[in-house]
Parts: sequence; C-alpha cells; structure tokens
Amino acid sequence: MGTEALSLEEVSIRLGQSLILDGISLQVPAGSFTCLLGPSGCGKTTLLRAIAGFAPLSAGDITVGGRSISNLAPEARQTAMVFQSYALWPHMTVAGNLTYPLKLRGLSKVERDRRAEAILSLLGLEGYGPRAVISLSGGQRQRVALGRALIIDPPLLLLDEPLSNLDASIRRSLRGELRRLQQKVGITTIMVTHDQDEALAMADRIVLMRQGRIVQVASPEALYSAPADLEVAHFLGVDNVVDLRPGDPVAAGGALAGFRTADARVFTGEAPAGLDAVLVRAGTVTACAYAGGSYHVSIDLSDQAGNESLSGASGAALSALSSVPVAPGTRARLSVPAPMLMSFGADSRLLQGIRQ
Amino acid sequence: MRSRHPAFSRLAETLGLALVMGLAAFVVFGPLANLAIWAFAEQWFYPNQWPTRWGFEFWARVFRPRAGAWESLWNSVSIAIATVGLSMVLSIPAGYALARLTLPARSLIMLVFLLPQAFPSLPIFVNIAAIFYGLGLNGSLFGVVLVHSLPGLVYAVWIATASFAAVDRSMEEAARNLGAGPLRTFRDITLPQAFPGLMAASIFVFLDSIDEFTGTYFVGAPDITTLPILMFNASMGGNYQIASITALILLIPSVGFMLVIERFLKADVLSRIGR
Repeated sequence: MGTEALSLEEVSIRLGQSLILDGISLQVPAGSFTCLLGPSGCGKTTLLRAIAGFAPLSAGDITVGGRSISNLAPEARQTAMVFQSYALWPHMTVAGNLTYPLKLRGLSKVERDRRAEAILSLLGLEGYGPRAVISLSGGQRQRVALGRALIIDPPLLLLDEPLSNLDASIRRSLRGELRRLQQKVGITTIMVTHDQDEALAMADRIVLMRQGRIVQVASPEALYSAPADLEVAHFLGVDNVVDLRPGDPVAAGGALAGFRTADARVFTGEAPAGLDAVLVRAGTVTACAYAGGSYHVSIDLSDQAGNESLSGASGAALSALSSVPVAPGTRARLSVPAPMLMSFGADSRLLQGIRQ
Repeated sequence: MRSRHPAFSRLAETLGLALVMGLAAFVVFGPLANLAIWAFAEQWFYPNQWPTRWGFEFWARVFRPRAGAWESLWNSVSIAIATVGLSMVLSIPAGYALARLTLPARSLIMLVFLLPQAFPSLPIFVNIAAIFYGLGLNGSLFGVVLVHSLPGLVYAVWIATASFAAVDRSMEEAARNLGAGPLRTFRDITLPQAFPGLMAASIFVFLDSIDEFTGTYFVGAPDITTLPILMFNASMGGNYQIASITALILLIPSVGFMLVIERFLKADVLSRIGR
C-alpha cells in the first residue's frame, strides 16, 4: 500500500454548544513523524480520532494521498491506530491479535503466520506468538499493539499517547525504539502526546494545539527556541518571565522576557565580566535545593521597592542554577546570557527567540 | 466428686458446642433431610418415628410411563430451554444498547425494567391468563414460555447489560480501525468478551423457569404439567413420596448451576451492573 501524505482542511467538530476542534488545517508530508502536542482538553486526541473515523466532522475534509476519507467508516479508512490502553483482545493469543486484521483481509493461514513471524522479529518478540496477552509486560503489550497496527501495511499510523502507561525508564528506551522503527518502515505517523520531552525527542514536526486550534507548527528545534507566545513557551519549559527594563539586552519594543532555569546563573559576589551582554535581576534567595550536579535556587524580587512594576503577572519569583549552595535569605543576583532570552510583546506574542 | 477436673470441663464445652452446631444444622438441613427420607419411605404412618418400610417403589412409580413424570420433566426442560432462547435473543441486543447509553438514562431504564418484579406476581399472572385466553395461548407450551420469559428477561437484560458494559470500548474501536465492520466486531470481539456474563444470565433464566409455578399454573394448567405442577398436585393429594422425589429431581439443575456459576460468573462482571 505504501505510505501516504495526510491533509486536513478546515476540520471542525462541534459537540453541543462547545467547539472541540475549530478549523484545523494541516499538511502532513508522506513518511514524516508528526506530534500533536498540547495540554489535556486541547482537542489533540479528538483530532486523532477524527482521522481514524471515530469522531464525526461537523465541517471540513480529511484526505489521505489525495483521496477524501471524511465520509468513510472507520474500517474502510486503512488508518492503523495504537490506542492508549493498547486495546489488545484478551481472548486471543499474541499471534491471534496480530493476525486478526489479516484474517479480515482474507489472507491464507500460511501467509498470516509468515507475516506474524516477520512482525514479531521486527519487534524483538520472537517466540511470543502462542503467549496469552495477559501474560505480557506493559512494554511488550505496547509493542504487540504497534505490531498489530503495522501488520496491515497501512498508509498512516496513528499513535494515541502510546507510551504514557509505561514506567519512566521503559518509556525513554521505547521512545528511541519507536522512532527507529518508524524511520525503518518509513510510515507517515501522527502521535498524540502531552509530554513535551517525548514530542521534542521523537517528532520531525510538532503541532502545538490549544483550545481546539493549532497555535504553532514547527520543527522541535524551532519550537524550543522560538515558541509562538508566552503560553506555548511556558508549556515548553520556559519557567521564568520578567518585565523588561530599559537597558536590558533585548530587541526594542518587548514588554516581557522569558528564559529557562537551566540557562540562568546565580551569583552573590562581584559581577562577572561582560555584564553588558546579560540580563541581571537582584533579589532575596527563598529556597535552594540540590538538583544533581548543581543547585536549584529560587529568588524573590518583589521586595525591590520601585524597581519592579507591580503588575503581578510576572517577575516576582525567578529560579536559576548555582554551582554552590546559597543560603535562603541571602541577597543574590541572577544573570541570563542575552542569546538565551526570548522577548515577548505586551500581547505576549514572541518578538525574538533564542539565538544560538 | 467435685467436678473441677479440667478434662471434664473441656468435655462439657465440646459437648455444648456440638449441641449448638447440631441444632443449627437441624434448622438448616432438617427439612431437606425430611424430604430425603420421604423420597425413600415406602410406608410411614403417624405414630412411627421412622418409616416402617424403605425402598424405591415410589421411584419406580414416578417414572412409570403413565405417571406423567417423564412428560413433565420433558415439558420443564424444553420450556426452560425455549425461555432461555427467547430471553437471550431479546436481551443481547437490548443489553448491548443499554450498555452503550450514558449512565442516568441507563439507570432509569434498568429501574423501570425491575418494576414488574416489584408488583405481587399473582395479580399479574391472573391478568396475563385472562389476556392469553383471548389470544388462545392458554394451555400451550408457547404461552408458558412467554410467561416464564417475563421474569427471565429481567435477569437476562440486567446481566447482559453489565457484561457488555464491562467490554472496553477501545477494543471494539481497535477492531473497527483494523478493518472489521460493526457486525464482525460484535461477533469477534464484543460477544466473546461478554460471554461469561451471558452464560450466567442463561443459567439464571433456566433455573428460574425450571422452578416457576404460579405463572405455569394459571396459563398452562391443566394441559401443561411441569415438574413444579406435578409436585404441587402430589403434595395436595397427600402423596409426599411423589412430591419429595420430584423435589430431588428439581435439585439436579440447581446443583449443576452452582458448579457452572463458579466457573463462569466472575465478580467483576457483576460489579459493573450499576456502572
């Protein structure tokens, strides 16, 4: 069948009064790995289910390889989905689960068994065919579910939070495994996740969604260094926001600056050299915790009379790393190199991303 | 002898315990034991504490061709099987539809479904008998099957709903996604998953039908004689042997039920009825 490109045009889904998906348009190139990323309730799972045919569209069109599939029943769409719960059938063996889609397509027993063997060895599960599904570990079930989807050689692979039910360590190793497998098979893949690390590590392209709309479509690198607005930045780990002052080393016209804790340093003594290329804020240390390799220091700026705009939204508490422990109550300064700063306008839209 | 000997008080304790347990056992098993004795008593008249003659003579009499036991056993079993068939044919689609409803609507329908059980059954059966007279169903096997299906459907729909609700929706969606149509999905995925519960429902319906007396009496008698009707007639005629033997025969499906239910009915299926 071969892999195909997917195209969404103005896809909307309305449920009663609420608009679950609001005019989603997206082009997914053949063979690419796209992540739908966003907080829970943003519509990413509904979008995936709409592609699979489980959520009827109120408006818009979905095409795979140029053919519209919007009006097809789920079983006629040939999209292969891996469910969050894996949805393996417990009354069948591993081989039974894998070969059921082939049985539906009328393949002979010999051919079915041959394909099942091939897919089991692709997944590193040789000899697991006769096992009961219940006897498998979480990671093995996940792989069987993936194999069951891939065995029909679908034009499109849909993954609904495939790693979220696994332990952290298995999740990290399966992340790489899944990505390698996808590249080996070369199948157009769309994965839903709420885990930004997962999306950054696996995707060719990330589609960031919020309240039923697409906010940003970008490569992992671009999304990480230039998030579209403050909310996206926050979702991608930009955990510090300060009001800008005259003299800060950022482009003119910005109202707010954001940076990641890992990019900021704390110092208590004399200012280091080259101070003109950094953003500096002074405050009182409120907490200091060892974070493996360095100390995570929280600094409160709010006691700086006159220096802070007391709008309240930003700038009261910041955090940075320090190579030595700093006692709470100490006066300290925080510095961020100018290239690591992102500046945002008053409307919280990005003006300038990280320059690397 | 002043009996403060420890061995003696221990003996008294043991005897007391044995007495209490014996009494409890008598209350529970006494009527059953009486029934068992009657089944094998050939002669048992008033002042005698035990039957004066034991034997299988009445068993032979019960199973004599013209005594009607074989016919009523046949009636009972075929009515029960037909009732199971009718109840399941109706409750499988009904249970599946109810299981896919959202909760408030489902609870309401299930409650309404219980209502016939809340009324005293006698007036209901009298009315059904009156209606069946008009339809010519009185005295027919089909009429009796219909009457038995009334309580049978309540069990069947309730348990079928619970079993279907216990099937993970995403398992059905996975089958649809991989190319199975709705009916194929139901046959290959949903039905096998719900099977233990449906099996339990069938057993409940079967037992209820085998035991049913009132409805059969009003709709079926005197043309249709089932085992409970036979037992009733024998008891009314003072023939305790025949009644006891019939009761023992009726015990067979009940014991079979307990064995099967242990294999098929899982607690987690029952626990989903209210979900």
